[in-house]
Amino acid sequence: MADATVVASEPGAQVEYELQLYYWMKLIRGFEERVSRLHRQNKILGGVYSGAGQEGLIAGICAPLQQGDVVLPLHRDLGVFLMRGVDPGVLMAQLMGKEGGLSRGKDSFLHGGDLSRGVFGSTSMLGSSLPVAVGAALKFQIKKEKNIAVAFFGEGAASRGDVHEAMNFAGVRKLPVVFVCENNRYAYSTPLEKQMAIDDVADRAAAYGFKGYVCSGNDLLAVLDVAEPVLARTREGGGPALIECKTYRYHGHSEHDPALYRSKEELLKWESRDPIQRFEFYLEKKGQDVKRLREQIDEKVRAILQQAVEFAENSPWPEVNSVLDDLYATPTPGMLNGRRS
Amino acid sequence: MEVTYLKAINEALHEEMGRDENVFVMGEDVAELGGAFKVTEGLLDAFGPDRVIDTPISESLIVGAGIGAAMLGMRPVVEMQFADFISCAFDQIVNMAATLRFRHGGRACCPLVIRGPSGAGIHGAIFHSQNPEAWFTRVPGLKVVAPATPYDAKGLLKSAIRDDDPVLYFEHKRLYRSLKEDIPEGDFTVPIGVAEVRHEGRDLSIITYGGTVGQSLDAARIVEKADGVSIEVVDLRTLLPLDREAILATAKKTGKVLIVHEDRLTGGIGGEVAALIAEHAFEYLDGPIMRLAMWDTHNAFSPPLEEAILPNTNKIVEAIKRLASY
Repeated sequence: MADATVVASEPGAQVEYELQLYYWMKLIRGFEERVSRLHRQNKILGGVYSGAGQEGLIAGICAPLQQGDVVLPLHRDLGVFLMRGVDPGVLMAQLMGKEGGLSRGKDSFLHGGDLSRGVFGSTSMLGSSLPVAVGAALKFQIKKEKNIAVAFFGEGAASRGDVHEAMNFAGVRKLPVVFVCENNRYAYSTPLEKQMAIDDVADRAAAYGFKGYVCSGNDLLAVLDVAEPVLARTREGGGPALIECKTYRYHGHSEHDPALYRSKEELLKWESRDPIQRFEFYLEKKGQDVKRLREQIDEKVRAILQQAVEFAENSPWPEVNSVLDDLYATPTPGMLNGRRS
Repeated sequence: MEVTYLKAINEALHEEMGRDENVFVMGEDVAELGGAFKVTEGLLDAFGPDRVIDTPISESLIVGAGIGAAMLGMRPVVEMQFADFISCAFDQIVNMAATLRFRHGGRACCPLVIRGPSGAGIHGAIFHSQNPEAWFTRVPGLKVVAPATPYDAKGLLKSAIRDDDPVLYFEHKRLYRSLKEDIPEGDFTVPIGVAEVRHEGRDLSIITYGGTVGQSLDAARIVEKADGVSIEVVDLRTLLPLDREAILATAKKTGKVLIVHEDRLTGGIGGEVAALIAEHAFEYLDGPIMRLAMWDTHNAFSPPLEEAILPNTNKIVEAIKRLASY
């Protein structure tokens, strides 16, 4: 993982760990906010899907990941990229469609991945990452490796057949895969009640022969309480698991969406459960000087983002002819794939 | 050694699994049963349940899991029990697999083979007779092959397994046991992207692939014997990417082109082949580019219906005569 050094006010690994996670949530939030601003400035084009409000579950799920694990983030999960060590500048260049991005300008937002860090890119057909995660887990099982695959999906995607097919097969083979449902209550505009007749997506795990867990995705400690033992158990051969994190996205489905389908009161209620603030209360209780900590980290995040934006803005646009590259690993004689200008 | 088309595929799987421990096979009924057509027979005994994997009826999962394993360096060969069922995995193929390398800026690859029995002529009716290749031949990032002989069936499958890109491998089920050929023992490959002239000729070209290659050769011999017309038969073998040089070379050589395929006419690969020739070899043509393909309907069941809609040797003979008369 990239460096996340902060000044700990007391010694001890646990404190260090918690401060590091606080830093990650702050960096992710700062990154999200900067992305939204850059979108308003027309510096990031196309669909922008903010994950602001969901940092707690990202930090809690990614914290126990190890070297060699595979993770399949969603369109709203840029925090996963950051926590797996993708350079913030490269990530920013990806969002701007620049040569320096993960997909070298080939695709928008978070469809690129970084296999060297175990981050698989997704598609917009949400839920289709789950069969792919199962395939990664199958590889770990065939090769008897102690790694796991973690696939994120929304409660919206939970309605897709791919999710069923993936969970069913994972259960049959007892594969080392953990499915993480970000239940933020809306599939674009469609509320939970119109998506499913049950309260918890996690209930479905029983139908596939493994356990489902529900936790507050806005409470980092609650996520960690579930994720740490569950991921460890899967890693030790205990088979798949489903973790459902109840959460909320502060923004609309995309930055184009004012989200008028939900009430101000509802938004306020969820903002009062903000994962970062909540963690700050906890740190305060544990005797941390949160005000000082926050200032330090804000400054650090500002510097990182400044650098990231500079890198991305200075990264060149891709060459037009490169749009015909990267289609094939082994181009074939007689290949007919477009004309170069 | 004389082997059937089916045995050639089975041999390729055995040999590639023996050669590379990252190759594994996955699909519906492929392990215990050895496949609905016995294409994967013997693999479970030879390589065990970790590498020969029965799955539930979940085509999207089968392909998606193949992609995930391939991204980590495995070389999965996944089976669609019938090529018709590939529609259930369409999204994983065209959106997940085909775009993968592109989305990852060239820093990922997907060495996945998706094989499946396609084609009509065995009374399979609507959902066990389809030729779905043209759904995929307009998707960059994929490779699509369709062998017509035991030699090619083996050699193309080996190439597909060793290839670092997703390859769709359509085997014609009518040929499984009806076609036998002497092929060399042991290792050989057939390159992807290269067509083969099956029969040299001067006066007229048939461009075809898969299930209609044998019929085209039979028809060519009949007409050559009866009418003295010299006919060239080109087997495309790879449908994406097309071997443009071979297509244009035969068109320029004979000036008359008949395209034959068992897939439907409209939107079939023949249209693309015809357009290539019209665009790049127009001045060499001595007659219209003609196409003979399945009628634009569904793979009907009743024998007279199936007979009526599919190409066969007699229909190819008739088409050759019409084109030769220009």
